[in-house]
Amino acid sequence: MAAISLRVNGQSHTVEVDPETPLLYVLSDELRLRGPKFGCGLAQCGACTVLVQGEVRRSCVMPVGAVKLQEVITLEGLGTPEQPHPIQRAFIEEGASQCGFCLSGVVLTAKNLLDENPKASDEEIREAMTSILCRCFAHKRMMAAIKRYQSGRR
Amino acid sequence: MKKEISRRDFVRASGALIISFSALGGAAFLDPLAIAQGPFDTHPSHVDPNKLDSWIAVASDGTVTVYTGKCDFGQGMGTVQTQLIAEELCLSIHKVKLVQCDTSVTPDQGTTSGSQSTPTNFNTRNLAQAAATAREALVAMAAKKLGLPADQLTVENGVVSAKSGRHVSYGELIQGKQFNIPVSATAKRRSPNEWKVLGKPVPSIDRVPLMTGTFEFVHNVQVPGMVHGRVVRPPEVGATVESVDEKSVQNVPGMIKVVVRKNFVGLVAEKQWQAAQAAKHLKVSWRPGPGLPAQRDFYDSMRKQPARDVLLVNSKDVDDKLKSASHVLEATYFHPYQAHGSIGSSCAVADVRSDRATLWSATQSAYPTQHGISALTGLPLESIRVVYVRGSACYGLNAADTVTYDAALLSQAVAKPVRVQLTREDEFISENYGAACVIEQRAATGANGAIDAWNCEIWSASLGNRPEYDKPGNVITGMLAGFEPEEITPKAASEPAEELHNRNNAVPSYMRGCVNGKCGGAGSIGSERVLTHTVKSPFFTGPLRSPLRLQNTFAHECFMDEISAYVKADPIAYRSQHLRETRITDALKAAAKAANWDTRPSPSSATARTGKVAGRGIACVAYEGDNGYAALVAEVEVDQQTGTVQAKRFIIAHDCGPISNPDGLRNQIEGGILQGTSRALGEEITWDERKVTSIDWESYHTLPLGIEVPIIECVLIDRPEAKATGAGETAITLVAAAIGNAIFDATGARIREVPFTSDRVKAALSARS
Repeated sequence: MAAISLRVNGQSHTVEVDPETPLLYVLSDELRLRGPKFGCGLAQCGACTVLVQGEVRRSCVMPVGAVKLQEVITLEGLGTPEQPHPIQRAFIEEGASQCGFCLSGVVLTAKNLLDENPKASDEEIREAMTSILCRCFAHKRMMAAIKRYQSGRR
Repeated sequence: MKKEISRRDFVRASGALIISFSALGGAAFLDPLAIAQGPFDTHPSHVDPNKLDSWIAVASDGTVTVYTGKCDFGQGMGTVQTQLIAEELCLSIHKVKLVQCDTSVTPDQGTTSGSQSTPTNFNTRNLAQAAATAREALVAMAAKKLGLPADQLTVENGVVSAKSGRHVSYGELIQGKQFNIPVSATAKRRSPNEWKVLGKPVPSIDRVPLMTGTFEFVHNVQVPGMVHGRVVRPPEVGATVESVDEKSVQNVPGMIKVVVRKNFVGLVAEKQWQAAQAAKHLKVSWRPGPGLPAQRDFYDSMRKQPARDVLLVNSKDVDDKLKSASHVLEATYFHPYQAHGSIGSSCAVADVRSDRATLWSATQSAYPTQHGISALTGLPLESIRVVYVRGSACYGLNAADTVTYDAALLSQAVAKPVRVQLTREDEFISENYGAACVIEQRAATGANGAIDAWNCEIWSASLGNRPEYDKPGNVITGMLAGFEPEEITPKAASEPAEELHNRNNAVPSYMRGCVNGKCGGAGSIGSERVLTHTVKSPFFTGPLRSPLRLQNTFAHECFMDEISAYVKADPIAYRSQHLRETRITDALKAAAKAANWDTRPSPSSATARTGKVAGRGIACVAYEGDNGYAALVAEVEVDQQTGTVQAKRFIIAHDCGPISNPDGLRNQIEGGILQGTSRALGEEITWDERKVTSIDWESYHTLPLGIEVPIIECVLIDRPEAKATGAGETAITLVAAAIGNAIFDATGARIREVPFTSDRVKAALSARS
């Protein structure tokens, strides 16, 4: 056990945990965040995705001790229900989910890609989403929401 | 400490107003006739479904709280039930609050499954009828208050008005009181012509919290003092516990307890990571299981087992007709075990104390789970509360029930609230798979090309099922803890005696389906025989979206395609020629029109033997005989070099009676079609001599988000005058068949085994004559 300091969604936290603990468990159990979720624990599905210092990371396999003071952003850190982030608004407008459990991976991966490469081609978008899973298969609407966010950025 | 959470307390705490809480305990209401209503319908419990107050409470501020026993798994039942109440009570949806599946307060509506929530709650019983009763009661109160006949009053936004402008609100009328009346069987539902909320594309009510990461899933439930559990499942199928070395984890920090109950092994630790570490290090000696039948010839071994046989239809002339026919077509179709594979592994929180228990669970079966927890913990039924909290969507009997049992066993052992989440591997080996099936078809055609006789034999493998009210051994945790799963008792078939209800779509749509002169089938073929064999499965099985209906429809619709190709008929025209049910033929016509269907036999004459080729296929169904109608056209491209199949475009015509929410319906259809595509092209449970080997997303193949998403076009056939049917499973039922038929159209190669992997496609291509 060690005292570990973290910066999550703009706030500082100190938690008392084993530094090997995956970041995901700290976010959900200690900080009680609901965005990132345990899907597989194997970095295969994307449900646990967060942004660490602006990069897409799978928090289920990232030891919290390795995060240091890098800025962590979760799905709820993007916007609020009252003021959703433009990509969240695009997903709301397209009705782009069913159960919604997978959304952290879908939304944050797409945001990261399009913020870095606003003119990403459809193929580049597909490439970025190859290891993101949605088992309700809301693929059609999710892709439409991603395109909507992309066209809004231009 | 109170033994029971009273409905009154709950309702008070939830901020809504008083409603009735029956003083009678559970058993007092048990009526054998009502119990016989089947797993989906309303059952008597301490919340009497015959009382209006059991369903609806109107507060003095005019807000309405609704208690439903049909819950939302992410398929939109929450939104449409809210619309239903808003519509019947002439309110804005913002005035309606839905409480779903909580054994303390909601009526017992059995299990939310089987595409039965809409038929059950949206016609003229249960929730819809309660809402109509409430509106009529409120208008009658207003009539009395205003001194005018009810038919001179109008209702809008919860306010009842006379032409003069005099008005009174629901809140003023009810004044914090209960209705104290039964649900009326004659209360008139609002006509679809008048609908203002129902039938409209109302956006899903949970979309904002979902997209902003604030929605509470069962995975997010936190209870004061909560600790974390993990399970240690047998490393191979059927292995049993010899010994558990508790000392092997005594030094794991935060370790609280190792829990063993017969063959159930689990443990509890302060933190989730500690529990995960302990589960990895716990030394358990397992006695090996009996071993598994080889997957290579599993479909053959299935057909050699003793079976429970049922004859669904038998015109008794089929053998003679097949014998004397100039040509008999035969084909056998194979469908594998498939996983629900929820994106989140299952999770539950249990707080089991010496005298009471509360479970937060994503089960589809809150009340049946209450019974299961009573059997597992020995606590009396009325001291157990099961609260439904949404999980990752389940698509049927995933591991949500079993993990609820896991949490209960672990919590009882430590007398603390315990949260259990399964690992991905636990999830894959703990769920009740969709059944493997083998379907043998034989048919004879007459001189005019029409089908003269059709014989169908279906083998399906089964072990366990939903636990329902009395079979906790039907899921793995119950079995490990010592309860027996439902057994298959081999039994020869007797002649069909009951009128056909084609619930499993075992009977092809083209048969008349006659039993004792009553013909419940959708087609015109009179020489008909369907025999089903249920055999014992080595793995647990249970409902997976369109259970057996999908497997059977795959075989029927592909075989129909084979026959139409043999007689060189257009597959849509040939289907229509053998159908009596106009709701299927209407769907076929609508799909053909929207797809700009080229009327001709398959395969396409343009078919080349090399390179990429394109084709189209059709499939249609009357889901469960009468619970939804659809026809689906699939357009695919087959790379004959690599054997890969790509779905390019789907066109579906879909009829579910009156449409409650066209946007939600499209979302279900789109998801169903793509999930069906994933199941048709890649999904298959695999195993070796001793254990399941498809245990993660590399060994179990699902289509990721990065695929080239096919175009999906929906033609929604609205039938306001018809009964409302289910809509969550109709589309997926057709996908494997439509794709299989499109592959044949493109290549001339028939592929009869799901999934259509590139190896199987290549094998089918090289088998072409």
